[in-house]
Amino acid sequence: MWNDPVNLMSYVTYVFMTYFQYSREKAEKLMLDVHEQGRAVVSNGTREAMERDVTAMHGFGLWATLQKDE
Amino acid sequence: MPGGFVLEANGRIVLRLEPVERMLMISLCEQVIEMVTPQDSDPDADPLAVAVGIDAEAVTPEDPVLLRLFPDAYADDPGAAADFRRFTERDLRQAKLDHAQAVRDCLERSGEKLVLPMSLAPSWLGFMNDVRLALGERIGIDDDFHDEVAELPEDDPRLAMVGVYDWLTFLQDSLVQIMLP
Repeated sequence: MWNDPVNLMSYVTYVFMTYFQYSREKAEKLMLDVHEQGRAVVSNGTREAMERDVTAMHGFGLWATLQKDE
Repeated sequence: MPGGFVLEANGRIVLRLEPVERMLMISLCEQVIEMVTPQDSDPDADPLAVAVGIDAEAVTPEDPVLLRLFPDAYADDPGAAADFRRFTERDLRQAKLDHAQAVRDCLERSGEKLVLPMSLAPSWLGFMNDVRLALGERIGIDDDFHDEVAELPEDDPRLAMVGVYDWLTFLQDSLVQIMLP
């Protein structure tokens, strides 16, 4: 997940909680990681699962990409 | 007047809009609908592929607004990104179209007091976010944006967009605060 200047911190938290079913605490921590570090890993798994997650994030308007673990 | 989405004591989510705000919102819906509607497919396209949302070809948009709404999924692999786009962009466009149409229908059914069914909140959030992303690209919003706005000349056309952007930011946040579990 990449930081961008438009998406609201509250909205990003809401998306992480509703889509990934993360707790509020975890969702806020991830949101802050993205915000402060410019990007953060918010989900990992098989390529199929990650393609599904990236598509969902684009549906919410969040800027997500996927890549293989180094 | 506080404005924005309000959760009433009876559990209903209510938005009060001035007539001019309602017309503006409907107009924004129409602009988004026009922007995201999937292009007519090639008449020779495989009908089965079209039915399941696969395009024969997918082009990375040149317009930065479209690129922001439909970003590449693979940052460092253009081939994989193009493949991914072929399989997903049509459905993604349809989802954004559905949001904008749901919001427009909701506005057209309502007067100055709009009662928002909980089931439509995700469409409203998605729609307002899409408009903010689009305006953000056009205005050139970055982290120092509010300092820069203060310097813009009074007749700068971006000022009107900034007004709409800030209004939608406020509305979207008011609805997120209600929806946060």
